[in-house]
Amino acid sequence: MSDLSYVRTEMLEQKAPPASSVGLVGWLRANLFSSVGNSILTVVTLFFLLSLLASMMPWIFLGIWNADSLSHCREIFAERYGDSTEYACWAVVRDRWDQIIFGYSFGNLNEGLYWRPLVGLALIILALLPILYPNVPRVLYVATAASLFLYPWLIWGGSIWGPLTIALCIIAGVFIYRFASRFMIMAFAMPVAIVGTALLIYFAMAPVAGALGSAVPIELQSVPSREISGFVLSITIGIVAIVASLPIAVLLALGRQSDLFIVNKLSTGFIEIIRGVPLITLIFVATVLMKYFLPSSVDLDPVLAVMVLVTLFTAAYIAEVIRGGLAALPKGQYEAADALGLTYWQAQRLIILPQALKISIPGIVSNFISVFKDTTLVSIVALNDPLGISDSIRSDSDWNGIVWELYGFIAIVFWLFCFSMSRYSLWLERQLQTGHR
Amino acid sequence: MKKSVIFGAAAIASVSAMAAAAGTLDDVKARGKINCGVTEGTLGFSSRDSTGRHQGFDVEFCRALGAAIFDDADAVEYVELSSKNRFTALSAGQVDVLYRTTTWTFSRDVDLKTSFVGINYYDGQGFMVPKELGVASAKELEGATVCIETGTTTELNLADFFRANSMEYTPLPVGGTTEAKALFEEGACDVYTTDASALAGVRASLKDPSAYLILPEIVSKEPLGPTVRHGDNEWEDVVRWTQNSLVAAEELGVTSANVAELAAGTDNPSINRMLGAEGNLCEMLTLAPDCFVKAIAATGNYGEIFEKTIGESTPIGLARGLNALWTEGGLQYSPPFR
Repeated sequence: MSDLSYVRTEMLEQKAPPASSVGLVGWLRANLFSSVGNSILTVVTLFFLLSLLASMMPWIFLGIWNADSLSHCREIFAERYGDSTEYACWAVVRDRWDQIIFGYSFGNLNEGLYWRPLVGLALIILALLPILYPNVPRVLYVATAASLFLYPWLIWGGSIWGPLTIALCIIAGVFIYRFASRFMIMAFAMPVAIVGTALLIYFAMAPVAGALGSAVPIELQSVPSREISGFVLSITIGIVAIVASLPIAVLLALGRQSDLFIVNKLSTGFIEIIRGVPLITLIFVATVLMKYFLPSSVDLDPVLAVMVLVTLFTAAYIAEVIRGGLAALPKGQYEAADALGLTYWQAQRLIILPQALKISIPGIVSNFISVFKDTTLVSIVALNDPLGISDSIRSDSDWNGIVWELYGFIAIVFWLFCFSMSRYSLWLERQLQTGHR
Repeated sequence: MKKSVIFGAAAIASVSAMAAAAGTLDDVKARGKINCGVTEGTLGFSSRDSTGRHQGFDVEFCRALGAAIFDDADAVEYVELSSKNRFTALSAGQVDVLYRTTTWTFSRDVDLKTSFVGINYYDGQGFMVPKELGVASAKELEGATVCIETGTTTELNLADFFRANSMEYTPLPVGGTTEAKALFEEGACDVYTTDASALAGVRASLKDPSAYLILPEIVSKEPLGPTVRHGDNEWEDVVRWTQNSLVAAEELGVTSANVAELAAGTDNPSINRMLGAEGNLCEMLTLAPDCFVKAIAATGNYGEIFEKTIGESTPIGLARGLNALWTEGGLQYSPPFR
């Protein structure tokens, strides 16, 4: 009697998945042609993409980099391609890129000053490193402090002793605070220190800076505010707004959450007023209308006025983003902090804000990106942002008639900055990921 | 925020240093610079060259002012203003004088509280159309879409012209010459209208100028001139007579080349008075005695300015036309220096 039962002793070899579900074909089927409807959409989209590219690519890549003027470009097109089709005249970018990036003040007008904005930017990057990345040596905070005074000096020029004297006054202010806080509580020591610093700057700055300047003259060719233009202007305003607005925004958000009546109402009022008015109006008021109220001999620095306004504007928006983060924290976190016996500021610093800010990162960064792009609004007060410079390049008879090449170049530079900000925020979110949501 | 402290302190210091209110001329002298409002870019009248310097017809007049007041034609800070914000900037004190192809009209002079102190260019409004539109006269523009810059007199003239000829049109408002030109070239509007002087420059810069036609009609008077704030007569006088000196110089045959020589004294008492060899005209303006000599030396006389910025030898190629001297059939005329 034979035993017919059969038990297989070894496992079957795993078979390769069917060809239609792996590799390129599989990916295409899964992602682009998974159903009739999707297939139609894919084909239509591809058609539009290809026809767009087909018309753009020749324009971009058959463009000309070597020419003296737009008409020269057109001559070359006619000669080389023999038809009247327009191609990109990139020669304008080659000829004028330095004006768009560095503006007029460091461009050809004062040959050889490019190093100033470049060193300034390097300094800013160095200064931001310890703030942006946790693993960078803490020594770099020195650069952070130094850049606050050196960057304006590099951009505006003049004597180095002005910014340095202010730095000294502020250090003195810190000592005033230390000294005063031995005798009184913080709420009084702070105003005393601030008033002391202001008085020091007001009375001591001019003579001290003047004396130091005549003893050891270290000066850079000074640059009038109105001549600061191009991406140097955008980046300067953008960085100031981004760096200065965050602390203000945190205070405003906390103020709005606060139980103290006056603090609460002031913060709410500030935020709502600033958010209720378009940025362009604020900038216009700050630079043009303010001149109506001030004596005619006061020269309001237009760049400075714009910086202050853009900072306050950004702060109001970010304050609301942060308030969202604060509201998203479970009540237990606040209660736990109280239960540990932490003071208000300790609780905010150690428990609440780190979590709230972490939640708010995407919102904050998207505000930063939008404020950086908003810097182009300064054209309303006759400052030359990169777009303004593109206008004046076009009003030169050589390049009159160029549009897309300049806008394209400016767009790419803006995109580079904004894209790096957005990548950084993604990286930061991953770094701060603790696993619980 | 600490950056702002520097400027805040500087602002406070300057307030306390110059608390007393003063006239524009005193302010300008104290500042050491003239704030001159120019266009953000009009071919030939004001634009920046590849080195970032301002150049053009209007710019030369600013330079002449700089030379007359400070003996330095570069003591001028140019503020580039759009047609919309120019008067706000002037009345707010952001600029001391507008040399910004601004048309002298009654309401701007009286109602807007600005003062026009002269006419440096007699202009008129013209129309440009593509040839393929098949139009030979502005009176055939019934139903056309017109690109028009907002906040300008051309905008108002356009409405008047079409109403007077009982024609309909669709306005396409644009912010500036560049935008208008791009739209016009794309065919978004059938007609582009602006001052005839600018029209020639725009046409020259189009991709195919021969495909476009400037219609023969000039439908308005556009006297362009410098503008200052109302009620500041000392400053007004300086601007007016500096400009007049350039026109008078052309009439008297004074050029940038021979002005230094003629300033020493000539047989012509008119030249002597203007250039300071006799009398003290400049001192009456509280300027240096040879202020007009400096102005003419820096920029040349009116004719020289015209020729080197917008004249027939330049790509703009404008004829003198109405802007010839009165002795040559034009309208440029300076009151006497005496």
